[in-house]
This record gives sequence, C-alpha cells and structure tokens, in this order.
Amino acid sequence: MSPKTLYDKIWDAHVAHEADDGTCLLYIDRHLVHEVTSPQAFEGLRMAGRTVRAPDKTIAVPDHNVPTTPGREDPKNMTEDSAIQVAALDKNARDFGIHYYPVDDIRQGIVHIVGPEQGWTLPGMTVVCGDSHTATHGAFGALAHGIGTSEVEHVLATQTLIQKKSKNMKVEITGKLRPGVTAKDITLSVIGETGTAGGTGYVIEYCGEAIRDLSMEGRMTVCNMAIEGGARAGLIAPDEKTFEYIKGRPHAPKAAQWEAAMNWWKTLYSDDDAHWDKVVTIKGEDIAPVVTWGTSPEDVLPITASVPAPEDFEGGKVGAAKRSLDYMDLKPGTPLNEIEIDTVFIGSCTNGRIEDLRAAAEILKGKKIKDGMRAMVVPGSGLVRAQAEEEGLADIFKAAGFEWRLAGCSMCLAMNPDQLSPGERCAATSNRNFEGRQGRGGRTHLMSPAMAAAAAVTGKLTDVRELM
Amino acid sequence: MEKFEKLTGIAAPMPLVNIDTDMIIPKQFLKTIKRSGLGVNLFDEMRYDDNGEEIPDFVLNKPQYREAEILVAGDNFGCGSSREHAPWALKDFGIRCVIAPSFADIFYNNCFKNGILPIALPQDQVDVLMKDAEKGANARIIVDLEEQTVTTSDGDSFAFEVDSFKKHCLLEGLDDIGLTLEKVGAIDTFEARASAERPWV
Ligand code: SF4
Repeated sequence: MSPKTLYDKIWDAHVAHEADDGTCLLYIDRHLVHEVTSPQAFEGLRMAGRTVRAPDKTIAVPDHNVPTTPGREDPKNMTEDSAIQVAALDKNARDFGIHYYPVDDIRQGIVHIVGPEQGWTLPGMTVVCGDSHTATHGAFGALAHGIGTSEVEHVLATQTLIQKKSKNMKVEITGKLRPGVTAKDITLSVIGETGTAGGTGYVIEYCGEAIRDLSMEGRMTVCNMAIEGGARAGLIAPDEKTFEYIKGRPHAPKAAQWEAAMNWWKTLYSDDDAHWDKVVTIKGEDIAPVVTWGTSPEDVLPITASVPAPEDFEGGKVGAAKRSLDYMDLKPGTPLNEIEIDTVFIGSCTNGRIEDLRAAAEILKGKKIKDGMRAMVVPGSGLVRAQAEEEGLADIFKAAGFEWRLAGCSMCLAMNPDQLSPGERCAATSNRNFEGRQGRGGRTHLMSPAMAAAAAVTGKLTDVRELM
Repeated sequence: MEKFEKLTGIAAPMPLVNIDTDMIIPKQFLKTIKRSGLGVNLFDEMRYDDNGEEIPDFVLNKPQYREAEILVAGDNFGCGSSREHAPWALKDFGIRCVIAPSFADIFYNNCFKNGILPIALPQDQVDVLMKDAEKGANARIIVDLEEQTVTTSDGDSFAFEVDSFKKHCLLEGLDDIGLTLEKVGAIDTFEARASAERPWV
C-alpha cells in the first residue's frame, strides 16, 4: 500500500461516493449545530419536507448569541433577536430529536469546547459545524472543518458533504518552547510565517516535539486557528495524551468498544514516507510570546518588537497595513509594550478551557488589575466554570477585579451585549482581530491567556516573562 | 437556486486585501433567522457612518456603482467566519460575481450554493479588471461561465478555472441536496459498512 498522511487515511475511510471528476460525498460522523448558522438550514428542511438523517450524530448547543450574565435562562433577559434564535434552536432540536444542551444545562458552552468535553469528538472522525473554528476538533486527529448554512442543511438531510480532497501540508514545530511561550504563541507565529492565505487549499497536520509536548487543551488552541491561516482543517495525530483525555467521557466508547476503537486509533498517523505538498518548519525555541498589532491575525510580532510601518510590507499589504494602523490608531515605531489598553477579555474557543484559566490565574494571583480597567473571564463551558470555581481560580479572578461570567462566545464576536465601544482597546485571547469584530470601532490585540492577564495588571501590552 | 450563465454588468472596484466576512456583513446582522433582506447591510460599517448615513466615498454608495453586479477585489476575499450571510448579503444587494486573486475556502464554496460565481485570476489580470472597473458605469465587464472567460470593456479576455461539478450546478441552477439524495443508496451502503467497522461512532 502506498504511504498515506493522516488526512489521507481519514479521508479514505469516509468517502461514500466518488464521481469521475473526483467530487466526493464525504460521510460525516459528528455534526455540531449552534443557534446562529442553523435556523435557515432547518427552515430549508421543513420547506422541502425532509428530516435529519442521523439525529444521534447531531449535537446542538446555543453559544454565539447568549448573554453571559445571570438570569439568562429567562428569555426576557435576552435581546429580542437572541431570544428568537435560541427559541428556534430549542424548537428545532426538539422537533428533529437531536442531542441538545440548553442554556440552563451545566454542560452548555462554546460548541467547540462542549464537543470534546462530552466525548463527542473522537480520533479519525469527520466533524463539521456551521462555524469556521470547527478546526479545533482536529486536535484529536479528527478531520474537522467549518461549513456554511447550505452545507449545514446538506449534512442534516444526507449526513454527507460534497467535497474535493485538499492538499497535504505539514507544519512541524521542532524542539522545546521557551518559558512563557504557549500554544497560542505557536499558532499565531505560524500564521505570521505563512500568512492568512498560506494554508488555502490545504489540510495542515501539526507535528514535532513542541506539539507532542502540548496538552490536549494546547493542541486545541493550535488547531483552532488553522482556519486563520486559510487551511480547511488542522490535525494532530492522536497519542496516549489524546486517549487519556477521551477515556471516561460521557460519549466516549466503553469496554470492548473502547478496545476496538483503540486498535483503529493507533493506526492514525502519517506514514514516514508520505507525500507532503507543502512543508513549514519552525524551531520551537525561536517562538516568542507574541501579540497582534493590526486587523488580521497575520499581523503578529513578538511583544519585544515595535509597531511596523506600511513601507515594511510589499504589494497589497502596504495599503492594508496603512488601513490597519489607522484603524488601530498606532504609530510606526511605537514599542508594542507601551500600548495602553482599556479592556481584557479571557475566553473563546481558542482559550476558554481550564488550562487557559489556570495560566491566567497564575499571573493574577495576589495582584489587582489596573485601576479603571474592564476585565472579564468567560469560561468556555459550564463545566470549565465549575471546575475553575472548585480549584479556586474564580476567587483569584474576582479578587483581582475580573468579572466572572457564564459560558458562551461573548466578546469573541460580540453578538451579545458584551462589546467594545468605538476606540476601546482590548487584550483578547480570542482568534480574530478584524475591524469591528469585538464591537464597532473596537481595537483588538490577540495574545495568550497569560499575556492577557499580564496586560490586565499593568494596563498595557506586557511581556509576561517580566511577571513570572 | 438561480442559474448563472452569462452576465454583463458594472463592476465595483475594491482594491483591498483580506476583505473578511465581518466587513461584508457585520455580526449584528446575523441575528436573523431568514436568508433575505441583508443587502442593505452589506459592508455596513464601511458603507454607513455612526448615524446610519451613507458615506459618500464608499464605492457602492457612488452613483455609478449602485447597480454593480460584479466586485473586483484584492487577495484572500471572504476570509474569516463561515457565515453564509456574507454571500446572502452580496446576492441580496445584487452582486452575482466576485473577482479576486484568491478566496477563502468556505466563502468560495458558499458562493456557489447561492448562485454567485467567485472567479480567481492572477494578480496582473485582476489589476487590468480593477482599472476597467474604475471607469465606472460606462465600463461593463462580461462574465461567461459556459466559456469560462471574463472580458473587459476594452475587449481583453481572460480565461478562468472552475470546478466542473460546481460549474454544472451553477449553469443549471441545481439543488445540491436533491442531487445527493439521488445517491442515497451509496450513503446507505457506506453507513452500514462503517457502523460494522467502527461501531463506537
Ligand atoms: S468563541 Fe468565537 S470563534 Fe469560537 S465559536 Fe464562538 S464566536 Fe466562533
């Protein structure tokens, strides 16, 4: 048999039909659904008199649009539009008989945190969701990607997706990371290196010692941002850490099924001489704690650097940099660690897991946030929140002056009332710094949870290593 | 779905790279549970000021581009979220074709599901089309899907690539789900085999 990549293996195991021109029907093992990109899909099903083909493989949870303040189980405490979308999801989940975690269920949270937490996401699966950060699930060695609403409807009706195969790209992070450098710094640095379109047409497999050394939480952070590098999906081969994480989760296989699953999961790696269409190698020790300065995730630099000038770039990027600097109100040459911030947001499917909260709390222990600063922690799920309370992390955040919120997407995309006001500058652990992403006119700097915590203490972008 | 065959229309120039889906349709307009009516909020934050007044400098507010059916833009158009509201908003405004050096993957796919043709061309050809688009309403660009060509008002013609299956669906206005359901036998067979091999899924 010819050597295969991990992507090849998962792909081959899921092709239900292949047409002469290579267009395939890819069978989908898990379909995750949320309130914002699904209503039109369910409406389409109803109008065509269709049903959900595999309700037991379909899991719904409201997250994008829900308030993160107490009392939200009462729709009166939601904005009208949010209440309508949440009610639509409630009804669709009930009518079509799919798994559902309503807003008052402790297991509710951001869809990409809930999936792995409940054991829905397993190695070798195909996972889709009407959300671009579905790549997160790739951390388990699952082929996971975001789809549009028409495709959501297609998967609901047929449990397949019309796809052509992508190319294979390997991103290897060799060696060890330096102190203060995290999974977020890896993933941002990769995008800084390849650009936001560098992965277009590819599925990326992340490998190398620095990736192996990451926890499952860290691996999810890395894969989460594969889409920000343009890739269709990001993958990491499963290993003992993966199996350990999955074992005992509510929907993980049990007993004999576990053994059978393990036998297959252990074959899920790229063969030594597999073919790669593109390879990027980065030395772990070369990665520094980074922040973004502009309005694209590729606008990333080590915290020790200064704001670049448009002339530092070429082609279309010159104009884009000028526009970014304008929008961000930054002057070329300003050291990044002198940029003052107003707000800190810790959360999102990139960095809203327990390990992220631990890393931030570690920096905040015994400290207070800068006077006048607005700071919030939005745990990725109700279970993360409960665990953080049990471990005493919530007390550290609250004592430092952070708001301690309920789970949801919150200020990652600011569809609910958690928003920046025009001109407000935010240190955020989320994944997008687009214009207006966190609120019209809001300015976002992306970074790791520890860096965001450091910024909350000093009131400006800060090299976390100075506080360690 | 509406068919796309041949289009002769005004092209609006947007010489910006990385036009993301948040720019195309900001999230405050994702709260709808319908597909229609998003055109007025296309490019909302670039198109209107804080008081909701039109910003005259924005290309689609200029008289000569209000009827544009084609957009010519920079690299990596449509990057960002998977929101299909982006093509819905473009379509609702009247845009049927977007030309750029490259597109983000999900957005590219979403276009085809909504009767919009995204065309990727090399930068130098996009530059020529951008210049042509800058001439305003007098310059009409011709997009011919059957022939796979784009022609400027000066008669320069460029060939473009498009996946044969996607082309077929767009030309005929076919519904993907209907097509897939014709292969339901293959899906049944696959499902039976997969659940024997991987019963834990
Ligand atoms: S946390 Fe942000 S990026 Fe993640 S699913 Fe929610 S909105 Fe999308």
